[in-house]
Parts: sequence; structure tokens; C-alpha cells
Amino acid sequence: MRLAILGATKGMGRALARLAAERGDEICLLGRNSIDLERSAADLSVRAGGGSVRLVPCDLEKPEMFAPAIDAAREALGGLDALVVTAAIFASQEELEADPKLAELLLRIDFSNTVLFCEAAKKALLQEGGGTLCVFSSVAGERGRKPVILYGAAKAGLTHYLEGLDHKHCADGLRVVTVKPGFVKTSMTAGLEPPPFAGEPDAVARRVLGAIDRGVPVVYAPAPWRLIMAVIRALPRALMRRLSF
Amino acid sequence: MPDTPLSTLQGWGRHSARGRERFGEDLERISSEVHLSRGLGRSYGDASLPPDDQPDVLNTRFADRLLGFDADTGLLRAESGLALSELNRLFMQRGYFTPVSPGTKFVTLGGMVAADVHGKNQHRDGNFGDHVTSLKMRVADGRVLECSPERHPDLFRATIGGMGLTGHILEVEFGLHRIPSQWIWQESRRIHDIDEFQDALEEAAPNWPYTMGWIDCLARGKTMGRGVLMTGRWADPQEAPSRPLKRAFRPSLRFDWPAWVLNGFTIRLFNELYYRKQWRQRSSGIVNHESFYYPLDAIGSWNRMYGRRGFTQYQCVLPREAGRGSARRVLEVLTARGGASFLCVIKDFGREGRGVLSFPRAGITLALDIAVRDDTQALVDALNEQVLQEGGRIYLAKDSFTRREHFEEMERPRLDEFTAIRDRWDPERRFRSAQSVRLLGD
Repeated sequence: MRLAILGATKGMGRALARLAAERGDEICLLGRNSIDLERSAADLSVRAGGGSVRLVPCDLEKPEMFAPAIDAAREALGGLDALVVTAAIFASQEELEADPKLAELLLRIDFSNTVLFCEAAKKALLQEGGGTLCVFSSVAGERGRKPVILYGAAKAGLTHYLEGLDHKHCADGLRVVTVKPGFVKTSMTAGLEPPPFAGEPDAVARRVLGAIDRGVPVVYAPAPWRLIMAVIRALPRALMRRLSF
Repeated sequence: MPDTPLSTLQGWGRHSARGRERFGEDLERISSEVHLSRGLGRSYGDASLPPDDQPDVLNTRFADRLLGFDADTGLLRAESGLALSELNRLFMQRGYFTPVSPGTKFVTLGGMVAADVHGKNQHRDGNFGDHVTSLKMRVADGRVLECSPERHPDLFRATIGGMGLTGHILEVEFGLHRIPSQWIWQESRRIHDIDEFQDALEEAAPNWPYTMGWIDCLARGKTMGRGVLMTGRWADPQEAPSRPLKRAFRPSLRFDWPAWVLNGFTIRLFNELYYRKQWRQRSSGIVNHESFYYPLDAIGSWNRMYGRRGFTQYQCVLPREAGRGSARRVLEVLTARGGASFLCVIKDFGREGRGVLSFPRAGITLALDIAVRDDTQALVDALNEQVLQEGGRIYLAKDSFTRREHFEEMERPRLDEFTAIRDRWDPERRFRSAQSVRLLGD
């Protein structure tokens, strides 16, 4: 498979890229820090037992880069079967409330710019005659909750957008995979006490790569979060007002 | 995030300190304001724990990228948080293996350098540090630089076995060895007392790349030091089973066992059964490398067996000059005090490492797992006094009880050199750990 990934240098994106490289997929990394990209490319190349990994500069803060970057990735790989977006920023609700600039940045990166990137990706994949667009949203977008009001709102918007995209373009061969990670033990969550059903990045990556292969529209990772979120969505408002999560 | 509250950090023996770990993939960025690294927390004592007045520690385990590999020479470069378990997973099927492996695969490359770890092949291949060709480091003045036997050789030699006190290890370059299969041809042999053990290890050394022994520490008198000698070599492809290695079920201890579970009786029972298991004088066969190298890794969080107070591993080396009987004299100190070691390992060392404070030297090493009780300090003191008489020393990666005066006496000439190198590279003593405060006084 020819795979382009935005956000493969860290966390779940790193785990996903490694899994794909180790099974022999052809990979193009998109990102803004060229030194970091080169180091990740070296890592993937050693894991794959040689072979080159392509690199294309792309910054989620700069929408004008999106379409040219995706075209460059297509060219580098000689076509494109799947495009994965794991890049995003995260900050706690307290940090976001204290710093409106940070809040604006997060809403822009995690919602507007991610959607604009997906628009460019959609065009490219439709030109290819179809393909898979896999985007990491979050279980935080499932319900308005106290600790993730702003982050959750951005992810809720993203989830809705991806759902609409699937409805509109499924018949054209565009497979949209929305990933909703629960608590995953990455550097972002390290140091926090992991809740029950916390996942390892490798296990999440296996699940997501399987979903990309099969074109599964919505993936919760780890799997029990589907059930957990179903319960949380069903909780009455009166209770949500009292709970702290 | 300077405001996050402190939490309890632990060594593998459950020795703890209050601290705060900084996590991240980009070590160069996050290492600038912190002055101690830790990885997977497998050093037993307080080597990876921060001192009271400087609680921040860099955790390297997310910095685990491979940066280059030469299939012809086996030379590998990687970020220091790469775990040996991952290295094994990636390279064993291609026919490469780390030149030196400790008894657990849940260690990082940075930790392997900092402790200058040794393995079952120490008598032949030396320590891990002997195979390191270059290190990328962040030193106390903030510079990021490369050190090797040619470039900044003093820093290089002090970092190998330097327990993280010379700077942050960011990248490690070292050579992998070729292996013919992933299986080991193992021979086990019953040994009847401690002196026979010392002889048997010496005899096995030229014939086997891998040797180590397990001792029943509770046997006294004539049978003191009885046990099983295990020797091994890589199996040829023709001998090795063609079936792939299975991903075995790995049970894990979910809670701390109460302290009374490991008592004189259960420890005696375990040791007796383990000895009886080797009921034949000799046995041999093909075994999976995992069960040969990492028998304890089969049980997750096995340190919980020792309960909340944890345990200490007392590991010392007795120089060859101390002669036959040195190991017996140390074991006598243990048994005379009624000290019960659940697990006791013996191994011969061939040569001294290249690190200024590397632990191994030609002689015999004993490693005793001892549950922490009220009298543990007194027991360690007594063992250290005996080791001093033998002219030996202790392993910092395991230690949490040794007194400063004992340590200084064991290490006198080497410690002066280490201090001089620290004076050059870190005159303000920014890099410190709970262990350095205890043993070096800063």
C-alpha cells in the first residue's frame, strides 16, 4: 500500500507508521520539522530492512501548503492509496481557558485546518479514483464533558465533517476512516494515572491499520471505548452536571 | 509543565523517591533543564531516582528511534530510549543480537550504557560498553556533543558505567553480533558446593560463550553453595527447531504480595525444588533464547512478590586474587546472619570494563535477592565489610544500602579519576541522583 501520513513522528502516528513500514508498505511522511522527519524516516527505513521513506514538508498551521504537499506525496509514491492524519495539538481545559490565544490555535489546528487538509486530501484521492482517508478524531468529541470542552468541541466538529464526507463520497470509492482513540499511553498522557482500558500505541496502530485495510468507517481504540462512550452518551444531563469527567 | 505535582518514583527493588518525570520524543529539546535521565526503571536501587532537592528527571523511553544500521558490520545507531526488547524483536529474525545482554530485556540502551551492563558472556565478550563506538550526549553546560574513544575520551569512559552522572545520553552507537539462530543449546549440571562452583565456572569459561549458575543460598555446611551451572551457545540452524518463536502468555503480578509470603520456609521450599528439578547430574537440549536469557521476564512486575517494602539485590565481585574460597566466605556472612536470599546467582568475569566506574573485573560475582526487612542495612554492611576484605566491589545498578565510607574504600583510586572527570565536565554538580548523594556526597 502507498501511504502518506501527517503526524507520524510522535505517539500513535509513529506506531502506525512503524507497523506499516514493517509489513512493507511504501510510506511518505508529511510534517513541518525536517530534522525530526528525517530521523523518523531513518527509523522506518531500518525497520523495513532498507528502502527509502519519502519526506514532504507540510505544516498544519499553513493551509496554503496542503494541496501542494499532498500532490508532492502522490508524486513521490507514484500514486496514493491512503492518507492518514494523526497530527493535532492538545491542551487541558484549564490551559485553554487561561489562554485565549492557545484556545484559538487549538480550534484552528484541530478543526478548521484539519478539515481543510481533508478537503485537499479528498480531492487528490478522488482523482486517484478512490482511496482511504483515515483521520484521528477522539472520544472527546462524543459528548460535551467538563475536562475537554474546547478540545472535545473541535473533535466533535471534525467527527461530524468526516461522517458527512463518508456519506457523500462512499459511492465514489472514497473510504473515510474516523479513529476515536480513548486513553492511549503516549508521551502526551505519560505521567497521568492510566484509567482502566488504557491502550498501548502498538495495539491501537494494529487496530487502525486493520480498519484502513478494510475501510471500516468508525474505529474506537482500544475497542472497549465503544461501549464506554455509549454509556457516557446515554447519561442524563443532570448526572453529567455533577460528574467531573 | 513545572507545576505538576510530585509523584513517587521507584527503582525495580521498590526503593522510592519523590520526583517528576519529563516525557517526550524529542530528548534534545526536553533535556536542557533537567539533570538526570531514567529509562524503564529497571535499576534496582536509587540510581535512577532524583535527589530530594532536584525532583525533575528526564524519562527517555519515548525517544526510541533507530537512526541507522549497517547490515555488513552490524553497526547500529539509535536514540537512547530504545528498549532491548524492541531491538531483539526487530533484529533477531534477521540474525543479529546485542553483543551483551543483561538478565532482562526491559532496559533501554541508555541504561545499558550508564550501568555498563554485563551478561552471561562477560567472561568472553566483556560489558556492553566495550561494544559502544560513540555516544551523543547533553552535558552539564548545555552543549550537545559526540563522544567516543577518540573524541572526549574522558567523558566517554566516565559515562560508561557512570550511572547517568556525566550528562544525558541521547544516542548510542554500537555493534550487533551475528547469530546463527534464535535458539540456544543449553547444558545444565548439578554442582554440590560453592568451591566446586568456582572451579566449574572456570573450567566452562573457555568452552562456552554463555555461563552462569544458580545457587541454593539456604544450604549450609558441606552443601553450602550447591546449585545448578548453566552453560550455553547459539544453536546451529540445523539443530534449531524450524517452528517460529511463540508469543508466550505473560502473566503479571497485579498486586503486592504480603510480606509474610516469602518467609524462611517458602524460600527454602522454592530453592529445594529448583535444585531437585535438576535431578540428573547433567542434562542438555535446545531452548528458546528468551527462557535462557530472560527467565524472569516471563512474569510481569515480579518485583511485587517482595511486597510493599520491596527488595534489594546485593551484587558484588570478588577478584581472582582473592582465590578459591572467596565466594564461600561471603555466603557464610549471609547464612551466619540468617539472611535468606530467594534467588542467588553466581558468574565469573573475565576482564575489567573500559568505563571508569564499570563494575566487572576478573573474578567471581554473586548476586543475592534479599527482601527488605528491618535488619537489611546491617546485613548489607556486613556483606560489604567481607567484600572489602576480599578486595572486591559492588554493582551500583543494584545498590540502595551501601554506605559512603564502604563505597569509597572499595573504589578509592577509580573514584578519584571519576571525580576529576566530573570536575571538568560538571564542576557545579548539576547532574546528581539519589544514589550520588548517598555514595558520593553530592
